[in-house]
Amino acid sequence: MNYLHDVTALARKDLLLELRGRDTLPAMLLFVIAMLVVFRFALPAEASKDATGGLLWVAILFTALLGLTRAFVPEREQRVLDGLVLAPSDRSAIWLGKVAATLAFLVAAEAVALPAYALFFGGLSWATLAAVVLADVGICTVGALLAAMAVAGRARELLLPLLFLPLAIPILVGGVGAGVTDEPGRYLGFLCLYDAVFAILAWASFEYVVTE
Amino acid sequence: MIHAVGLEKRYGAKRVLRNLDLDVEQGGFLLVTGPNGSGKTTLLRLVAGLAAPTGGVLEVRAERRDLGFLGHEPLVYRELTALENLDLYGRLYHVPERRERIGMLLERFGLWEARSERVATYSRGMQQRLALCRVFLHDPSLILLDEPFSGLDAEGAELLDRELAELRASATFLVSTHDPERLAPLASDQLRLAA
Amino acid sequence: MLFTGIALALLWAPEDADQGPSQRIFYLHVPIALTAYAGFAWGAWKALRLLWTGDSRYDLESYTGVHMGTIFGTLTLVTGSIWAKTSWGVWWNWGERQLVLFLVLFLFYGAYFMLRYSLADGPARARISAVYALFGVVLIPISFLAIRLAENFIHPVVFTREGPQMDGSMFFTFCVCLAGMLLLAGALYRNELTGKRLDARLRELREALA
Repeated sequence: MNYLHDVTALARKDLLLELRGRDTLPAMLLFVIAMLVVFRFALPAEASKDATGGLLWVAILFTALLGLTRAFVPEREQRVLDGLVLAPSDRSAIWLGKVAATLAFLVAAEAVALPAYALFFGGLSWATLAAVVLADVGICTVGALLAAMAVAGRARELLLPLLFLPLAIPILVGGVGAGVTDEPGRYLGFLCLYDAVFAILAWASFEYVVTE
Repeated sequence: MIHAVGLEKRYGAKRVLRNLDLDVEQGGFLLVTGPNGSGKTTLLRLVAGLAAPTGGVLEVRAERRDLGFLGHEPLVYRELTALENLDLYGRLYHVPERRERIGMLLERFGLWEARSERVATYSRGMQQRLALCRVFLHDPSLILLDEPFSGLDAEGAELLDRELAELRASATFLVSTHDPERLAPLASDQLRLAA
Repeated sequence: MLFTGIALALLWAPEDADQGPSQRIFYLHVPIALTAYAGFAWGAWKALRLLWTGDSRYDLESYTGVHMGTIFGTLTLVTGSIWAKTSWGVWWNWGERQLVLFLVLFLFYGAYFMLRYSLADGPARARISAVYALFGVVLIPISFLAIRLAENFIHPVVFTREGPQMDGSMFFTFCVCLAGMLLLAGALYRNELTGKRLDARLRELREALA
């Protein structure tokens, strides 16, 4: 229970920072809406439902990237990460706290983006909604770990999309597949598998990313 | 409590520490001096476990919760207040009666009035005081201080003198400084690192 | 010696090639692909050893393994593309799973090198790149599964490659090619590793003298 207590304390701190600075969530919200509007003009009028569904996923992925790029910025300034690493809690709690916080931002952005998508492009299936939830978990578990890697390097903001996108392709496949095929179950199952595998891997390896 | 033989630390090809032997008994107070770039900070980071040695043996008989570490940076969030920062650390260290302890420390280091202001608005000296509050918050038994007096004004330095004298009997210390005179009366041993 | 092995296999191969000359590249393409997997797996294994033992010498071994994997992975893309051209008349075909997978892996390991160059030399770089290399071998099966699933909606017509019905001599040729390719990769690996170690040693000495 101490572990959950630590995770909550860390996630709470991130929400507090966001409340203070307001520099991530509003940006994500505006960005995702802007993406949807841009797509409206990028598509021919008779674009199929499948094509717009794919674009929704691109919008989600890039909005998540925007949030993830900011994820470890407060820790990078003044090397606060050292302070967290020194604390007696298990290091993976730092990762899980970050996952919880980024997940909260992403879900908040989607709470606006999905209705907007339904409004602009007409309709949203339950399968897509379920896939979004599962994909969010995968995006944040993998993304939080990669974000910690990226801030350690010189290239930082530039690096995260490069690290993240190849790993996000399976998420995209699962999400798009659940929306456009007749049997979403297989794709949702695949997303569950992805989440489980990478959550375990990220949980086990985070300590190595933040310590020497 | 700290035992090192032939300790070596390299960053890439650059050797920062070489062949260092070190022994600090429980209750000891080791003063580390030496010019800039002699590896004082690296030594403290090694002992804290923030860096891994590239050679030699290093044994530190203390768990992470027993460790109090003051580095160059205050290790606090600039956009949070002093109270919020200490509250976070208090939770992570599972400090009993957290609020009372935080209030007491802020009072003692003269930050109580500024407790609800963002750290970004603090002066260098106030940030150092807050960093010291963070170090002492969980009552550590092994205290590592890297230039603890830097940034402190006369009043702050006296506060720290008093605090160190008070804790001298109950904790083990490893302190790096440019100004060994000030701490010499407390020290049980001195280590001079060559450039 | 390895080269004679490959050359012999290539010269010997035509007698079995009943699908025309295009089939011959199979003896080159598939061993190259398998060698690339071997490189990635080797790199990941050394990465795991690094994280497990904390011994920094595994860093260079892991890096060199991944490097070999990437070189052979890129060759796989090239030979696969040539094969696609000769078999189907197009340079790229999204229906070919292996090729799509190698494209994903190419992007992933490209990012691996970017990550390494972005980090300062030291134990942090060793550990972070090791973790990323481990993600790579987990990504391989997951991506393969994803590509199979994606065929249902991206590319409904699945090209079924003529399952290589290999008789004895074809199989033997294939094995010789694979062994030759693995030996070549192994030799390159050792060569590069020795060079890199020498480099590091030299830098150390220079630092010690300075």
